[in-house]
This record gives sequence, C-alpha cells and structure tokens, in this order.
Amino acid sequence: MLQAIADGILSGSIIALGAIGLTLTMGILRFANFAHAELVTWGAYMALGVLSLTGAFMGPLAPFSFGVPLLMATLVAMVATALLALAIDWLVYRPLRGRANHLTLVFGSFGVSLLVRMVILLLFGGAAQYYSNTLQIAMKVAPGLRIMPDQIFTLGLTAVIVVALHLFLQKTRLGLSMRALAENPELARVNGIDTRHVVRWTWIIGASLAAIAGVLYGLTVQLRPEIGFHLLLPLFAAAILGGVGNVFGAVIGGLIVGLAESISVLFIPAGYKLAVPFMILLLVLYIRPTGIFAGTVGGGKS
Amino acid sequence: MSALLDVQDVVAGYKPDLPIIHGLSLTVAPQEMVTIIGPNGAGKSTLIKALAGVLTVSSGMVRLEGRDITNLPTHRMAEASMAYVPQVANVFTTLTINENLLVGASSLPKSEAKTRIERGYEAFPDLKRYRDKKAGVLSGGQRQMLAVARALLTGPRLLMLDEPSAGLSPLMVSEVFERLKALVEDGVAILMVEQNAKAALAISHRTYVFAEGRNRIDGPSAALVEDPEVTSIYLGAGGRKR
Repeated sequence: MLQAIADGILSGSIIALGAIGLTLTMGILRFANFAHAELVTWGAYMALGVLSLTGAFMGPLAPFSFGVPLLMATLVAMVATALLALAIDWLVYRPLRGRANHLTLVFGSFGVSLLVRMVILLLFGGAAQYYSNTLQIAMKVAPGLRIMPDQIFTLGLTAVIVVALHLFLQKTRLGLSMRALAENPELARVNGIDTRHVVRWTWIIGASLAAIAGVLYGLTVQLRPEIGFHLLLPLFAAAILGGVGNVFGAVIGGLIVGLAESISVLFIPAGYKLAVPFMILLLVLYIRPTGIFAGTVGGGKS
Repeated sequence: MSALLDVQDVVAGYKPDLPIIHGLSLTVAPQEMVTIIGPNGAGKSTLIKALAGVLTVSSGMVRLEGRDITNLPTHRMAEASMAYVPQVANVFTTLTINENLLVGASSLPKSEAKTRIERGYEAFPDLKRYRDKKAGVLSGGQRQMLAVARALLTGPRLLMLDEPSAGLSPLMVSEVFERLKALVEDGVAILMVEQNAKAALAISHRTYVFAEGRNRIDGPSAALVEDPEVTSIYLGAGGRKR
C-alpha cells in the first residue's frame, strides 16, 4: 500500500507537469489540444537525441543515475519542444483560430499528434529505450517502501517548478497578462495587451514543461513512442479535474490521477489501470464539470 | 477647431460580408461629451467596437487627433490616446482590483504604471479600500468605476463607453454620470453609447441618433430633447422605446 502511494505520487507529479502545460494552453487558447501529450514524447526523445549525439554519459552525479549531460540535454529538449509547439501553432492552429470553430481546432490537434508520433517513430524506432543502462538500486526508506533517488529528484523538481510557475503568474507582468487573457481575451486586448505575444509565451512555457515531464518519464519509466498516447487521458483528466486554467488544480489533479491509477492496481487487474483516469474524467464531468477548483489561470483562491 | 475624433462613413459588422452599420459618421471635439442613442439594432455598440479596434472596419475612415487609426490593432489603441470601456464584462473578475489596474497599465513603463495607479487610487478612494479583493466581489457600480479608472490610466484624450448605465441602480447611474461629467471638465472627451435616451440627452453636449446602422439626426442635446422626430425614430424603427 505504502509503495503504491509512493508510486502514485511519482507518476502523479509527472502527470502534473504535463497537465500544467495543457491547462495553461487550454485556458488561454480555449481549445483542447490533443497534441499536447505528444509534446511530452517529443521532449523525452529530443533529450535522448542530444545524449546520443554528445555521446558518453560523463559519469552520473551520485546518487542519481544521470549526470550533467542529461540536464543539458533537457534544456535543449525544452527549446526544441517549444520550437515545435510554436511551429505547430504557426502552421496549423493560427490559420484556423478565429476562422474555424473550436471543433476544427481539436481535430487539427488530433492530426498533429499522429504526425508527431509518426515522426518520432521514424527517427528513433519503436523499441523501448533508456537514458542510461546503469541499474539504480532502490533505497529502502521504510518497511515495504523502496524509492529510487531519481524518483526523489522528480518529486523535488516538480515542486520547484510549481512554486516558480505560481510566482511567475502572480508577480510578473507576463504572468498577469496570461491570467487576464485567460479570463477575457477581448478585454485584455482593449487594455493594451498584445495577445499574440502572450500566446507565444504560453506555448513556450507549456511545451517546456511538457519536455521536462517527458524526460522525467523517460528517466523513471522508459522511452517509448507511445508515451504521449498513454499520457493523453491522464493529462486531460488531471487538467479537467483541477479546473481548466488552474495551475494548482492541475497539480492536485495530476496527483489524484496518479494515486488512483497506482492504488487501483491493488484492487483490480493491472490491465484496467489505463481505464482509471477515464473513470475519473467521467465522474468529474458528471458531478462538477468545472473541476474541483474552478477558475482561470493563476490558481489562487478567490 | 479641428475635431479630436473624426469618423467618416464607417461600415462594419461582426462578419465581413454582413455589415451592421452602413456608413456612419460622427465627430467629437476636445472636452466634448457626445452620446449615441437609437433603438435596438441601430449599430451603436457595433460602431464603438469598430472604433476601438475590436471589430474590423471594412470601409470608411477613423481619425484621432488627425492621425489615421482605422483598424489599428486593438492593443495599440492606448498609445493612440483613446480608451474604451466595454459593456457589462468590463473588469477581470478573477483578478484583484490592483491587478485589474496593472493590466490596464500594461502598455506603460513599470515605474510610470505605479505612479499612475497611485493617482488613480486618489481619484477613486473606494477602489483603494478593496485593492486586494477580487473584482468579482464588486457591485455593478463599483465595477464600472474600476473600468473607468483603469481606462484612464493611459491618459487618454478620448474615453469611449458602451452603455455605462446598463444594469445599474438609478442612484448608481447618477453617480457614474457625475463622475463622467467631472472627467470632461478635467479635459477628457467622452463618446458614449446610451440605452436611456432621456439620461443621455440630459448629460451630453451633443447627441447622435442612429437607426438601422445609419445616421438619422444629430445636434445639441438640449435641442433634441424637444424634437418629436427622435421619439418617432424610437417608435418607428422597429425598436421599443426603452
């Protein structure tokens, strides 16, 4: 049970990182971007690509399984993912925005997600891969509870990012503009906010977080071209559970989905685990369609 | 004296091929309060949205201080010394009062924004008391005040308002109108769409009456009060008198 909770918090924090980006873009751009989960995959593989190009692993930073090269590769992956998101927006979403209805954009994002997944398959192949082949020994933290150092790193990094993002949204001009845009785009423009600039930064931030989520997934699970496909439902469940546009909501939503998935395995066959986020999504849509913490970008209590 | 705002034959609508206003013209002089009235569907709000850059002007010309501002991107209107207060949803309800003002000052340098917001609080002491409350808790009248205070941050010479009295209690309406009158005395020109024809004629220097997207009558408000044609436009153009 303890182990299930620890695993749930871990996968929940990765889901949370992806869901933050999804909730931001959904809140500000006002459409469900199904390609967001593929940005997670893209980020994970970009980091792998950088690692394989720069070669050796240069010795890990104890006690973690990875070293400086992976951290650098993550930064490159964040840039590469942000560029992909901006390119997609420029080529696909922007021409559609304002002219087509939301459903067209959603279907467009379906197409984009397939395309991205196929490109990854083409470049890296379909086999599972790892950042490092060194085997990491799990630490025994308590009776019946083993945690790997990489997992602790994942948790810590998620916490730091959430706090940083919160401060960014609350304290900076750009963050304020994002919150204003999420509530009322027309009023934001009337107030002198250049919405295209804000939309650009929304993509950059959302995609960077997706890339980090991808690397952490690759680090703690494995790299497969279907990462995004498997994360799609958990991400949406987390974002909707937390209330679209709500950063803290997405974090809590991510943790709930992660925990529900891992705890469910104790009671139902593991094969049904993937259905758990779907059940959560359905329940939320039935009972409280605006999410537990309904609200727009920012996540502060009202 | 040249006009502050000069609008000529503006055609606009929500869809490019479906104009709602068919060539409206008007002028606003510096420090003048001008109201636009007319029955429902006359295109009053459409015009003001087109002037503010929210809707696209498909033909015609808008000049502010002699400069052509037709179809300037909405977010650059503030630089063109004009501000617009939309109808009803005119504050960010999820942001605090102070954040609302910060958003309104986003086109200004940070230090300048700060001093102007402080000045805004002096002019609207009520807002200062609630500065860290969400704007969603404000009453309709307080929201209108916040929206006006925010619009004034950039120091506009022309303030455009879309039905500032909508949904307010009569007491609050007169308070808002007093505020607007004081602004005109301070040197700001006001162009305002008003549903309440009587109130509009009472408060403004000049009034334009629109019907079906066209100019019908205009002139000094005091003269229009007695004009039977104004009443007949309200009754005859398919709109009920409100």
